[in-house]
Amino acid sequence: MLRSLVRLQSHVGSILSPSHMCPRSQQFRFALNYSSATAERRRFYQDVSISQGEGGLYEINLDRRKLKTPGGKLFTVPNEALAIAIATEWDAQRDTLKFYTMHLSTLCNTALDNPTQRNKDQMISAALKFLDTDTVCYRVDEPHSLVELQKNEWDPVLHWMENRYNVTIGSSSSILGPEIPKATKDTFRQHLNSYTFWSLTGLEYVITQLKSVVLSMGMIDRHLTVEQAVLLSRLEEEYQIQHWGSVEWAHDYDMFELRARTAAGALFVHLTSESSTVKRKLMQD
Amino acid sequence: MAALSSPLRTCRGILKELRALQGPTYKRSLAYNYVMEQFRKNKVTGERYCRAQHEASHDSHTYLCLLASTRTHMALHNLYHAKGEISIEQSAGLVGLRLPTQPGGKGWEK
Repeated sequence: MLRSLVRLQSHVGSILSPSHMCPRSQQFRFALNYSSATAERRRFYQDVSISQGEGGLYEINLDRRKLKTPGGKLFTVPNEALAIAIATEWDAQRDTLKFYTMHLSTLCNTALDNPTQRNKDQMISAALKFLDTDTVCYRVDEPHSLVELQKNEWDPVLHWMENRYNVTIGSSSSILGPEIPKATKDTFRQHLNSYTFWSLTGLEYVITQLKSVVLSMGMIDRHLTVEQAVLLSRLEEEYQIQHWGSVEWAHDYDMFELRARTAAGALFVHLTSESSTVKRKLMQD
Repeated sequence: MAALSSPLRTCRGILKELRALQGPTYKRSLAYNYVMEQFRKNKVTGERYCRAQHEASHDSHTYLCLLASTRTHMALHNLYHAKGEISIEQSAGLVGLRLPTQPGGKGWEK
């Protein structure tokens, strides 16, 4: 059902696409391009390569054509590592293009097109909203073994976070969650302000995947690996799996998808925020 | 601090994933050359490469996780979800149930 709907939509999109007359239809086309993320296209190119264009930005070339974003902009990324990772994603596609497996390309498209037209402040607010309902701050009262598990697994990360940023977060088992002091949010807001627009796009993506600011920051600060962060984010589910057994087509499927998305987000943040410099040893007389 | 596997293992893991993606000619790909170069560059030598080793190691581990998880996710997707809508019998079978078949059973009444 869903698939046929998507096919219908892309069909409608191709009929409408020649009409550039009014901005509204263009906006509509824009939305369609984004909604067709689950649709599959035939692979229309042989070679994928990268090249450095104006301003030192890297571009992706499919055969001789330059890759563009769904919004029609030239697809450019700030550094070589990211360009190569994206070229690998495009090269990895077999007969059809599976856009839902190309997480890094998707993130770049989002950062370049900014389809929701937001600025940095709005993104930071959206990201920090998750702190109020952070996964690791909500605890259960029963059963006893799960209470213990949450305490043993989540507390160390929470404490590490509180020490690292010198803030108070705390946890609670009430339905309202813990009371997060304003000072904590201000600290995080200030910290997130130091990120670039691109890194924030990645960071917000990770936070919405893990449903936790604490786990996301723990991973971005390289305190946790992706596997650990995903495990901690799914702690209650893992607990239930221990009791009731794992179902491959639901549990494992979800977990690997979450891992892939989280890893892509984390890599995206790191690659767009770092600047690597080579420092040579001083000559000694 | 996150416990990471040794850089050599991570490097091998990434190369294995690249090979799975690109087939036997993977050594000619951009990614292969870049990964090899990075792992060689970031080795500890007399000349210090000014990037904490842990950072590079964590990033390579993250990339390995991305490649491996995407591959496994696709495999599961193709196995269970890529065949369109499955029949009622099959969906009942997924949770270990069978549809009633005998005449006069539930669902048989006119």
